[in-house]
Amino acid sequence: MMAEAGLAALWLAGALAALQLVMAAMAVARDRAEVVAAVRPVAIVQGVLALLAMAALVWVFLDSDMSVKLVVENSHSAKPWIYKFAGAWGNHEGSMLLWVTILGLAGGAVAIFERSLPERTLIATLGAQAAIALGFYAFLLFSSNPFARIVPAPADGLGLNPLLQDPGLAFHPPTLYTGYVGLSVAFSFAVGALVTRDVGPAFARAMRPWVLIAWIFLTLGITAGSYWAYYELGWGGWWFWDPVENASLMPWLAATALLHSVTVLATRDGLRAWTIMLAVVAFSMSMIGTFLVRSGILTSVHAFAVDPERGAFILALLALYIGGALALFAGRIGTVRAGTTFDPVSREGGLVANNLLLSVILGIVLIGTLYPIVAAGFGVQLSVGPPFFNKAAGPIALLLVAVMAVGPLLRWRRDDVRAVILRAAGPIVAAVLVALALLPIWPGLLPWAGLSLAAGLAVASVAPLWKRNLRRTPLFTYGMVLAHLGIAVSLAGMASDSAFTKETLVAVRAGEAARVGPYTVTLDGITPVIGENWSALEARLTARRGDGSRILRPQLRFFANPPTNTNESAILTVLDGQLYTVLGQPDGQGRWQLRLWWKPFVTLIWLGGAMIAIGGLLSLLGRVRRERRVALRESWA
Amino acid sequence: MKRFALWAPLAIFALLFAVVASGLIRPASKTIKSAMVGKPLPRFSLPAIVADKPGVTSATFGQGQPRLLNVFASWCVPCIAEAPQLMRLKALGVPIDGLAVRDTGPAVTAFLKRNGDPYARIGSDAQSTVQLSLGSSGVPETFVIDGRGVVVKQVIGDIHADDVPAILQAVRDAQ
Repeated sequence: MMAEAGLAALWLAGALAALQLVMAAMAVARDRAEVVAAVRPVAIVQGVLALLAMAALVWVFLDSDMSVKLVVENSHSAKPWIYKFAGAWGNHEGSMLLWVTILGLAGGAVAIFERSLPERTLIATLGAQAAIALGFYAFLLFSSNPFARIVPAPADGLGLNPLLQDPGLAFHPPTLYTGYVGLSVAFSFAVGALVTRDVGPAFARAMRPWVLIAWIFLTLGITAGSYWAYYELGWGGWWFWDPVENASLMPWLAATALLHSVTVLATRDGLRAWTIMLAVVAFSMSMIGTFLVRSGILTSVHAFAVDPERGAFILALLALYIGGALALFAGRIGTVRAGTTFDPVSREGGLVANNLLLSVILGIVLIGTLYPIVAAGFGVQLSVGPPFFNKAAGPIALLLVAVMAVGPLLRWRRDDVRAVILRAAGPIVAAVLVALALLPIWPGLLPWAGLSLAAGLAVASVAPLWKRNLRRTPLFTYGMVLAHLGIAVSLAGMASDSAFTKETLVAVRAGEAARVGPYTVTLDGITPVIGENWSALEARLTARRGDGSRILRPQLRFFANPPTNTNESAILTVLDGQLYTVLGQPDGQGRWQLRLWWKPFVTLIWLGGAMIAIGGLLSLLGRVRRERRVALRESWA
Repeated sequence: MKRFALWAPLAIFALLFAVVASGLIRPASKTIKSAMVGKPLPRFSLPAIVADKPGVTSATFGQGQPRLLNVFASWCVPCIAEAPQLMRLKALGVPIDGLAVRDTGPAVTAFLKRNGDPYARIGSDAQSTVQLSLGSSGVPETFVIDGRGVVVKQVIGDIHADDVPAILQAVRDAQ
């Protein structure tokens, strides 16, 4: 019953999306005033119906309704409830439903909250949002129905990939999807503004909060995902340039560029065409990301053979939306009046440099990610790994950090080179001091440059607060300071990790010890442990450093449904870094493999990520507060 | 020049699209080259799970005649879909042994009553240990083992009607 209710809600939502699109087109093209008033409510109801469909899916998962095919394939009655809950989106159909739900809710939110856009542009925006939603509803209803029943209903389900049975991962996809789909709003704004030829500062100010929200969620999702990969996969690294990781990094890079260019458009009325372009690119990247992950074209070519229809469907949607938006861009942007101009040495110039560098990194990641597909087209099987990405993107990322440090010190419109150098003296001194201090323990070129630049950026980030009345400084300035500082902190963590990590791989018997970094680690013994739906062999390790000692318990886990082995690392976090331990296989003669890492200051990576996201949140609050104050003043005038 | 530049993003996208679309159209092979193919069956011995059938040991194989080893479970949904094909193979004279994974006697008996019983022997692999030693991670999977006890083919997933001729051919080649 619940499954049918969910399906009905999904059909209704799809129908409303079609209605919304037609009404928006009528309102914009024919100027039919009587239709205008109806578009907003339809968008809101459409969002609510999508949410109901998602709620119904969560319900059948929690209820372990084994007559629903999706539940059978991805759940098991013995699973802890939290993973039944998360299991609703831990699969193809469910994640696509989650995607369209967030899309519908985002459209509804625009309909409710957006007051500053001219009405015609807003209606065109909602029309574009409906067009995107319609395609994904069609995809769900015609080729990926999450509510399909199975006859006869089996006694129990097949389980969920144990790697996904982790609280962090349960909430990772919704976070990332909110970011992905938030960018759809920016995309719809761009399309709406192109349709009504209304690209200007007011449009940019209206779009900015939506971009910020998407960007905050993307940042959180990527940071959390990186930490999850770090402790769950047991590989001891935090970034692997895996296609799936790249799929979330690419929209983030585009959104970061968009965030900065939209500021130029909002405050200085510059970069009109570029901002529109970035809005299109950012959402294209999130759709391409979804496509790459969901179609399996990269990780395994087989996924297509299993269901080429689905891949073709998403690909057709991609072509329609991205191709359509780019064609609209090419045809229309020429008629949009050019914005104001500026000197190369200016805040605008710094932001353009930031945008160009981000775009180059985006290009590198995109090429590296798609190259294996192109090569496969010519019959060559290959994968592009970290060496390529690190070598190609690393130096440009460091250049970007240098630009980041100088950017906020520049004045709008025009600045004097000598004055800029004077203002940048503090950061430059900090960077040089760290660079000199590191020379005796030479950590390698990239980490050396990274640590020096991180120091410079840290000083430069707080410089905008220098000699200011801190109580009258706007909240979004604090946001920028914190976000930039977060980048410095993250960069310091990454550089420190790649420069100073110590790794030891040993085979030891109970009672034997191994050294790694400042620690001596002794294997006390191995005991079996039974969990809720797994069993494990658990090592008891004593880690000694100086006088103190701590116990760590890494596990080798075995899941029954489906049968899988996983490594549960045990991590000791201390002020100056982390001791990361992994239990490996026994050698059959009483020895156990142990993999030990000492990672100085690695935690700074995620601390920085959190700071970046909080910085974004402060900016958002600051912007919303100011807009509200302006709106209030205007309503009084 | 300026107008041309405006169309460049669309052109780049069209190019990318063509590449990905060609990846989609290109036929990909479904068979995964198994690490077990060409290797002798690992040694194991599994007790019986149903009353009227013996268990399975690796010694059953490699006695001159090719046999199928089918990894299945009563709780496995695709195994139901696969059952008629196994019955067909049995009718064509192919001996089939079963590996019941993490299963119970009554459940297997009921499963065989409902879907037909193609098996000569059924071993109970309660902890999946033998399944894992075979390089199998899911159910159903089917191994074709030749007369010397060497794995010659591994079919991952349920056997479809159009897989039957290939399996039959593999059994004949292994004679």
